[in-house]
This record gives sequence, structure tokens and C-alpha cells, in this order.
Amino acid sequence: MTEVAVRLEDVRHVFPGEPPVEAVAEASLEVERGAFVSLLGPSGCGKSTLLRVLAGLIEPTAGTATIDGESTVGQPGLAAFMPQRDLLLPWRRVEANAVLGAEIAGVPAAEARRQATALYERFGLEGFERSWPGQLSGGMRQRLALLRTFLMPRDTLLLDEPFGALDAMTRREMQEWLEGVWARDGRTVLLVTHDVDEALLLSDVVYVMSPRPGRITARIEVGLDRPLKTGDVTTAEFVELKAAVLEALGSE
Amino acid sequence: MASVPAAASVWPRARRIAWDLTPAVLFLVALLVGWEIWVRARDVPGYLMPPPSDLWQAFLDQRGTLPGHTRTTLTEATLGLFFAAVLGVVLAALIASVPFARRVLYPLLVVSQNIPVLVLAPLLAVWFGFGMTPKVLIVVLIGFFPIAVNTADGLLRADREMVDLVRSMGASRWQVLRTVLIPSAVPSFFAGLQIGAAYAVIGAVIAEWMGASSGLGLFITRSQRAFRTDQIFMAVVLIALISIAFFVAVQLIARFVMPYRHVTNSTN
Ligand SMILES: Nc1ncnc2c1ncn2[C@@H]1O[C@H](COP(=O)(O)OP(=O)(O)OP(=O)(O)O)[C@@H](O)[C@H]1O
Ligand SMILES: [Mg+2]
Repeated sequence: MTEVAVRLEDVRHVFPGEPPVEAVAEASLEVERGAFVSLLGPSGCGKSTLLRVLAGLIEPTAGTATIDGESTVGQPGLAAFMPQRDLLLPWRRVEANAVLGAEIAGVPAAEARRQATALYERFGLEGFERSWPGQLSGGMRQRLALLRTFLMPRDTLLLDEPFGALDAMTRREMQEWLEGVWARDGRTVLLVTHDVDEALLLSDVVYVMSPRPGRITARIEVGLDRPLKTGDVTTAEFVELKAAVLEALGSE
Repeated sequence: MASVPAAASVWPRARRIAWDLTPAVLFLVALLVGWEIWVRARDVPGYLMPPPSDLWQAFLDQRGTLPGHTRTTLTEATLGLFFAAVLGVVLAALIASVPFARRVLYPLLVVSQNIPVLVLAPLLAVWFGFGMTPKVLIVVLIGFFPIAVNTADGLLRADREMVDLVRSMGASRWQVLRTVLIPSAVPSFFAGLQIGAAYAVIGAVIAEWMGASSGLGLFITRSQRAFRTDQIFMAVVLIALISIAFFVAVQLIARFVMPYRHVTNSTN
């Protein structure tokens, strides 16, 4: 039997204000433990809002959100959350930024540092441990934000457009690399993106959202062979899946 | 050969600083020379306007008494600035964390700045005598406001999303404060401290005019009664130098506390 790691049930969210903004009309989704699932939708459809609900930062207007069966409402810290902006702390060196989440979660400092040291190379940051965030390139900043998320002792990762700030080439490189890292790691990932190829190449399942107010319009099982290859985007199977996703995106 | 790159990086910088300062220094020298010539040519009496060369003599003559006066003024300014920083930070923490405190304190603080603090000096002298206490208090009263306002601003302007990030990690209130809010406020704290430092020395000196048993302010009032204009000028130069030293000291501490602000950005 498969376990559900992440669950949203009939979540609706309206941001209060003048005028109130209905960001999410209705969203339900499930992510199985160990799966890689993407949430795909146009800009402003409420993807980040849903992720922030799961991170325990927003109390939804209606519905329930759980991680491993525990409600995230008013209870942050159940999952490792990577926000859309990298939000590196400028006053901390690379090594101190990397262990921020681990440190807050109570991992002993020496242990966190040891784990980080083992990962700098895989995240392309070796040699920059003592640098300040202001000295990193955009791609390095995102990799560091990702490393910080990976180093949190949590089974579920919530990634909000981790490669949003990258050019197409670096992006493809980082996607392949993320898949490699994830395959070895075996944790549950819920990835937010508005890049169809990215969602299909990386995921077991893709959820598609409509424009604001967001609504989940389709759930598409991907089931492509892993590991992905760059050439995969031209196979008949891939093209067919892409057509299905694009149709779901355009259907409302 | 290892020393070559290091030396090469230090010397051009030192030379550039020297080059940047040259016009100002030359102008100052020209001014002093002009002053000297003018005073000597017109035979201006020394009690009105002593030539600059007399200042050095005045300094040498007073070598015995100056260290004591300087120490007094320095102590008052340093202690005053220290307590101003403590008071400023406490008020800033209150203003930033308790909405009710913000509504009570903020307007009062702003209004209090319309009371010229130095006018309070005679009152403080009545209450606390001629010792250091009233002078330290004056420096505190002058210095705490910019520190409180700037620090509170820094705390309130911390990046909401950074706060949310550490909250999503399960941070306690204290952890949010330690990892995000305090580091965000440090630059503004130093901006406030810099303003406080600029007024600390002069505040102590003026407070000493209202009655003191020691200090550079007292030295000036005594010199004035004795028509020793040269000594007054000399004391003014000394006070300016101490003020500059204060300024530089605060800058150095800020640099030490915030090393990330002084790295050269390679990208972005
Ligand atoms: N704090 C807020 N207050 C008011 N409205 C908000 C707030 N945050 C988001 N919104 C609104 O909610 C809607 C959904 O925002 P959200 O950030 O979830 O979109 P998104 O799908 O992540 O978009 P993008 O792909 O551009 O990141 C938007 O219309 C946005 O303006
Ligand atoms: Mg978003």
C-alpha cells in the first residue's frame, strides 16, 4: 500500500483586502511518499499560495492541508520549503546559509556542517563555502537555496520554481542534476513550475491548474523512463503527454 | 613572491586615498599659511586671533593638564554613547514588537526631540552636581533618539519573506529574532550610532560649560576667562580630532560586525 505524504483537500483561499483576491478556487491533490509531483499552471493561478499553505505560512480560507497526516494550518516546519525567491541571508556566509534550516530544526551544528560539506560538490558550490551570497552568480544562489532545502531533516520537499531565474541551457542542466540528486535521495518532492517540459521530464505525476482563481483541472500520470535524457522531449510518448498537458492548460 | 600581489593590492589603494585627500590637505595648509601671514602682517593681538603657530606652543604649555581634561570628556562621551545605544536598542525593541508601545512611545519620542537637550544642562547640574553624571546624561539624551528610531526602522523593515522562510523551517520567536530580525537591524543601528557619535563629544563639551570640575569644556571656559584665545583654538582642534576618532571608531566596529557589506560584488 502506498502512503500519502502530501494532501490538499478542497482548499480555497481568498486574500483579504480591498478588493479581496480569490487566489485559489478549489484544489485537491495527493503526493505519494517518495514520488516526484509537479504543480503546473499559468502565472498568478495560486501555485505559490498552495505551497505556502503546505509550508504552514498561510491559513487557507477553507479546506485542509496535511503533511504525513498532520495539518499544516498554523503549524509550519513539517516540510522543507524552498520559496520562489532564493532569500539567502546576506549576512551569512555560504556555509552558514546552507545549514540554516538544519540549524533551526535542531540538528547539531557539527553534524549539519558535516552533511553540508559532503554536498557542496554535488551542488556545484565547492570552493565557495566561505563566500558571501552577494558574491555568487544567480545560478549558484539558486543551488545554494536548494542545498539549504535539502539539508533540512524533512521527508517532504516543497520547491517553488527552483530554476525560475535561469536561462534555458542552465535550466536543463539543473533539471537533470535535480533528478539525479532526487533519485539518490528518495524523498517526496512537490515542485511548482510553469514550464511544461520541466514538469514532464521530472515528474511521476503532473497536476494542472487553471488561471486565477486557480482550480486543479487535470491529473496526468507521466510514467516516462528514468533517468530522463535531453532527447526525451522529441519521443512520440513525450509529445503525446505534452499535448495532453497543453490541452488541460488551455481547457479553461 | 607571495607578498607581491598583497602589496600590489594595498599600495594602489593607499596611493589613491592619498591622491583623493591631497586637494583638501593642500587647501587646509594654504588656509593656515594665509592665516599666519595675515595675523603677523596686520599685527592682530593674540587675544583676538592667535597665529596657528601659537597653537602648538599652547599645546606644549598645557601638556600637563590636557590629558586629565581629555580623559574626562572622552569618558563622558563614551559612557554617554554606550548608554544611549543601550536605551536606543531597548526602545527600538519595544517600538518594533509591541504595537501599543509604538503608539505611546513614538509620538512622545518625536516630540521630545523638540526640547533642546542642552537647555536641560543647568537643570541636570542642579540635580546631579558638577561631576560626570549630568554630562553623561546629556550625551545619552542627545544620542538615544537617532539610535532608537533607526534601529526600530531596521527591525520593522526586515524582509517579510525572510521571516516567513525561517518560520517555515519551524523557527521559534527567538530564532526568528536571532536569524533574521536582529541581523536586518544591525546596519540601521550603526547608522543611528554614527549620528549619535557625531554629537557625543560636542554634547559632553557643551554640558561641561554649565559647570564642571574637569574636562575640555571647562578648559575652554577657563581659557576664555584668562583671554587665552590660543588655548581655546587649541582645544577646538583637539575636540575636532576626538570627534573624528569617534566617527572612525564606529565605522571600524561596523565594518568588523558587518564584513559582508564590504565585499566586492563579482556578479549580479
Ligand atoms: N499576500 C497577498 N495578498 C494579496 N494577494 C495575494 C497575496 N499573495 C498572492 N496574492 C494574489 O494571489 C494570486 C496568486 O498568487 P500566487 O503567488 O500564488 O501565484 P503563482 O501561481 O505562484 O504565480 P507565479 O507563477 O507568477 O509565481 C495572485 O493574483 C496574487 O496577486
Ligand atoms: Mg509563484
